[in-house]
Amino acid sequence: MLDVQNIRKDFPILNRTVNGKPLIYFDNAATSQTPQQVIDVIVDYYSNYNANIHRGVHSLSQEATDAYEQARIKIQKHFNAKHSYEIIYTAGTTHSINLVANGFSSLLKKGDEIIVSALEHHSNIVPWQMLCERTGASLKVIPMNENGELIMSAYDALLNDNTKLVFVNHISNALGTINPIEYIIEKAHQVGAAVLVDGAQSCPHLKPDVQALNVDFYVCSAHKICGPTGVGMLYGKEEWLNKLPPYQGGGEMIAEVSFEKTTYAALPHKFEAGTPNICGGIAFGAAIDYMNSIGFDNIAQYEHELLEYGTEQLQQIEGLKIYGTAKEKTSVISFNVSNIHPYDIGTILDKMGIAVRTGHHCAQPIMDFYKIPGTIRASFMFYNTKEEIDAFIVALKKAIMMLS
Amino acid sequence: MTIEEVQNEIIDEFSMFEDWEERYQYMIDLGKDLPLIEEKYKTEDNIIKGCQSKVWVHANMKDDKVNFTADSDAIITKGIIAILIRVFSNQHPKDILEANTDFIDKIGLKEHLSPTRANGLVSMIKQLKMYAIAYQTQLN
Repeated sequence: MLDVQNIRKDFPILNRTVNGKPLIYFDNAATSQTPQQVIDVIVDYYSNYNANIHRGVHSLSQEATDAYEQARIKIQKHFNAKHSYEIIYTAGTTHSINLVANGFSSLLKKGDEIIVSALEHHSNIVPWQMLCERTGASLKVIPMNENGELIMSAYDALLNDNTKLVFVNHISNALGTINPIEYIIEKAHQVGAAVLVDGAQSCPHLKPDVQALNVDFYVCSAHKICGPTGVGMLYGKEEWLNKLPPYQGGGEMIAEVSFEKTTYAALPHKFEAGTPNICGGIAFGAAIDYMNSIGFDNIAQYEHELLEYGTEQLQQIEGLKIYGTAKEKTSVISFNVSNIHPYDIGTILDKMGIAVRTGHHCAQPIMDFYKIPGTIRASFMFYNTKEEIDAFIVALKKAIMMLS
Repeated sequence: MTIEEVQNEIIDEFSMFEDWEERYQYMIDLGKDLPLIEEKYKTEDNIIKGCQSKVWVHANMKDDKVNFTADSDAIITKGIIAILIRVFSNQHPKDILEANTDFIDKIGLKEHLSPTRANGLVSMIKQLKMYAIAYQTQLN
C-alpha cells in the first residue's frame, strides 16, 4: 500500500500556492515534480564534489566520476540491461532518438522502410522524416482506431523485408494508451528490423525489462520520473551500439587523436562527447532509487485507482468527451467539453491553481484524427490524491459555467 | 479618442472588478461581443502564428485611420483581442506604431504577456503593429 500523505511530504513544491490557491499539479505527463531526496543529491553535488569527470586525477574528480558511473549502474539495473555500457547518457528522450536516427543515416538506403505509429509525439516523427529525406527510405504509419489503440493487423501488413526500423512509444503522451510493444518487437524481429521504443511516458508508471522485451533501443528522460530536466538515457543492445557511428565529435569520445586519424572510445563513451550533465546523471540515479523505494507495483495500483476515479467523475459532466479509451492505459485523461476551446478551460483552471496541459500535446496527427484543435489533459502521478481530483472537478464545473 | 484615452478608459473599467473571476467574466463577455471578421478574411494568411488558439485578424484603412476585425476559436483569446481592437482601431497608423501597451499590466492581464502564454498576446500586438507599418508606408 502506498501512503500518499507521507509521500506528499517528500515534494516541497506541493506546498505552494498558485494564484492564491493550493497547487493541484496534473501536468505530470509533461514533467514530474522532484522529491527532496533528489533535490538533496543535486545540492550535495554542487556543495561537495563538483568536478569534471573521467579526466582528473584529483579526489573531487574521482568522487564525481564514481557517483556518475554508479548512477549509470543504477539505471542499468533498473532497466535490466545486460551491461552498464549499453546505457548512454543523453540530454533526454528527444536527444536519444536523434542519436539513433543520425546513426541509422549510414545504415539505410533507398527502398528501405521505417515504420512509426499514429500515436507518436512530434519528437518521434520529425527525426525519422529527416532520416528518410537523407537516405531515400520511406516512412510508413501504423494507424489507430477510435479508442486510440494501434491496429495490429495493419501493422502486420506493413512489415516486409524492406522494413529496417520500427519506432513506437510504449505509452502515448496524448492519450495514455499502453501499446503492445512485446508483439510489435517480436513481429519486427521476424523480418529483421530493429525496434526503438520511446519510454518517456512509460518509465514513470512501470518498470521495463529491456532484456525480457528483447528491445533493440529504449529511451527515456529523467524529468518524467522525478529527476531533473536535461538528462535522459539511451539503452541500446551492444551489437547495435557498435554498428552506429558516433553522433558528435569532441572530448571524451575518442581513444587516440592525431591529424591523420582518430580512433573512437569504447562504449558508452563513444556517444558521450564533451562534458556531460554530471549532476543530472547522478540525480537521475537518485530519482530511480526514489521511485523504487515507493515500488512500481504500488505506483501502478494507486495510479490506476486515480485513473478510474478521475474517469468516473469526469464522465458525469454533461458534454464532456474523453479521448483515448484504450483498454490498457495509464493515468492520463485527455478530454474536451462541448464546444469550449481547451485553451479557455486551461486558463480558468490555472486561475484556480490547477495545472493541466492544453493543446495538441505535440501530437498533431492524433488531433487531426479526432478533428479537434486539441484537448485538456490531466495526468496523475502517485503523489496526487482523490481529494485533488474532487477539487479539480469543482473547478472544472465552474470554468464550464463561466465559459458557456 | 486617442489611444491613451481609450487605454485609460479600459483601466477604469477593470479597476471596478474585485477579483480574477469578475475580470475574466468580463473578458469572456467582451469575447462574445467581438465584432466578427468577415468569413472571407478567415484565411490561412490572416492567422496569427504562435497561438494555441486560432486568431484571425483583418485590417483596412479609411480616411487615414486603421480598422481591425478579428476572430478566434477560443473565447478568452477573443476577449483579449476585443480589448486590443478597441485600443487600436480607428487610429492613425503612426499612433498605433508609437503606442505603448503598459495598460495590459494595469488591468491585471500581465500573465498573458509572458512568452510561454500560448494565446500569443505578444504576437497579436506585433501583428496589429505590422499592419500599421504597412499602412504607414502607404501614407508616406
